[in-house]
Amino acid sequence: MSALLDIEDLEVTFGRTAAVRGASLRVETGETHCLVGESGCGKSVTALAVMNLLARGGHRSAKRMSFAGTDLLSLPDRDMARIRGNRMSMIFQEPMTSLNPAFTVGSQMAEVLTRHKGASRAEALERAVELMGRVGITAPDMRLGQFPHQLSGGLRQRVMIAMALMCDPQLLVADEPTTALDVTVQAQILRLLASLKREFGLSILLITHDLGIVARVADRVSVMYAGEVVERAPTAQLFSAPQHPYTRGLLSCVPAPGKVRRDRPLGSIPGTVPMIPPGFAGCAFRSRCAHAIEICEHEIPRKSAGAAHDYLCRLMPRELEPQPA
Amino acid sequence: MSAAIEVVNLRREFRVRSGLLAPQRHVIAVDDVTFSVPTGGVLGIVGESGCGKSTLARLILGLLAPTSGTALVEGKRLFALDRKERARLIQPVFQDPFASLNPRRKVRDIVALPLDAQGTFSAAEIERRVAQILERVGLSAEMGERMPAQLSGGQRQRAAIARALVLEPHIVICDEPTSALDVSVQAQILNLLADLRRDLGLTYIFISHNLAVVEHVASEVAVMYLGRIVERNETDALFREPRHPYTQALLASVLTPEPGRGVPDVGLGDVMPDPANIPPGCRFHPRCRIAIERCRVEPPLPMARGAEGMVECHLA
Repeated sequence: MSALLDIEDLEVTFGRTAAVRGASLRVETGETHCLVGESGCGKSVTALAVMNLLARGGHRSAKRMSFAGTDLLSLPDRDMARIRGNRMSMIFQEPMTSLNPAFTVGSQMAEVLTRHKGASRAEALERAVELMGRVGITAPDMRLGQFPHQLSGGLRQRVMIAMALMCDPQLLVADEPTTALDVTVQAQILRLLASLKREFGLSILLITHDLGIVARVADRVSVMYAGEVVERAPTAQLFSAPQHPYTRGLLSCVPAPGKVRRDRPLGSIPGTVPMIPPGFAGCAFRSRCAHAIEICEHEIPRKSAGAAHDYLCRLMPRELEPQPA
Repeated sequence: MSAAIEVVNLRREFRVRSGLLAPQRHVIAVDDVTFSVPTGGVLGIVGESGCGKSTLARLILGLLAPTSGTALVEGKRLFALDRKERARLIQPVFQDPFASLNPRRKVRDIVALPLDAQGTFSAAEIERRVAQILERVGLSAEMGERMPAQLSGGQRQRAAIARALVLEPHIVICDEPTSALDVSVQAQILNLLADLRRDLGLTYIFISHNLAVVEHVASEVAVMYLGRIVERNETDALFREPRHPYTQALLASVLTPEPGRGVPDVGLGDVMPDPANIPPGCRFHPRCRIAIERCRVEPPLPMARGAEGMVECHLA
């Protein structure tokens, strides 16, 4: 496998605030890569930096940011606009706010193809109908003339996905695509993404805070905390042998169905994600970490825990074993 | 155990028009809902969006008037009580702590408001009670001086819980109390709610779409579908042996953190339930895998399951 998206040492700042601090991320061709972490840890900003869609005032820099061999950092805006929505497309959490309420579904979908591929409107509408059928929308011909508010949440997200696939992209970036949906619809949408990945040879970068989703759909996982990727591992490995105390904490917070002990409290991580001041050194998790010691204030080397599994923590594995109460 | 709250045949209809000249339609948001929760119990209510769970919460809180039906709290008729009396018995905790706290008041004043509104507490008493409850939910006195915008999501939800408990109510309606929070903070809040219930002898009605959370907190679970409770049972029994095909589908759609198992096919199809257009017969039959002819014409009646449980399905 080769890396479709290769990011090394990404920094994103908004004024004096560092949103992403040296994150490295590789999405291999044909894989579903999950970027997981709590709100404010920099997941969405990382994705927006890749798409070059950072909000005003945002500044990105990196050692490397390449997509299918193209250097994205030096790419002029005009060329980036040709890649975005075409070879690399994105779907968002709330399909109601990312679809234009004033235009019909059909005209919004068709525009993607007429804009990027110079297709005629008739060709574009034909492709829209075909893709809507592929993503499981019933009566696609009728849907073309409908407005977003006439569709249910699950249908809107299907329209978003179909729209993202109009130009046959290589990479689909999905930012919390099922968070606003019911669990039953969530399962349908995730199954759909998995089948599209196989059928279209898509690579997917899936951003989520839900470890259940990560376990079920990811090939590999990057865990983000306070702007850094603190652990990277193949999915099974991350769940069976998590190394970073933050990853371990996150896993303990999830109620495990069927193994519930109502008389026992859930595991939790005290405190919240801190603001990281400029010039901060050492481990950003140390203020919430039960194992933190003095060396955690110094620079943290990346350590390997097996094939394609590494993490940012100074502590030795035996120091991370649960302390007897 | 005696019942803290008893709800009998509760029903709420809305009349809606989809356009200026469109015909008026009846939406039955809550249809003949009956349940009781013993003192100190936690009733979890689950279901998809639009199933009527939040309407049910608003009816019990007195924010909406029922079309018909009754509710008894400790033997008193809930809908006959005045607002102050009801506030002393039942309090809410809502989903979004960003929207449910007044952004222009200090946390201390927000928490004091239910006491102020009663009009019977002295300033000194209010101050004492507010300080006590803030400490109990894990907020420092200094946090009490802040504005909501200066608190994190978890701290805001603690403030919302303090406001709900400052009048020492007996029943707390939690409507998706942790849905807007991160998992690590969600766990903190769930643990706090569990401690408070045990220490203060509270009764909860806990509404959530997250079945894993409900399994962790509830002693009994009611599953709602298009306004009706279609299955109700003691939590362990419901999760171990779901009877209604809808309950089975809901449980199947929970993505537990078990790698390699993939995303299950829930088998509910693409038809979304529409509360303005409830199907005849069993309301679940258009999405049901095992529906037979009888399900299309004859609505199922509630059947007893075990000591407390019930299910509405011809085939269960």
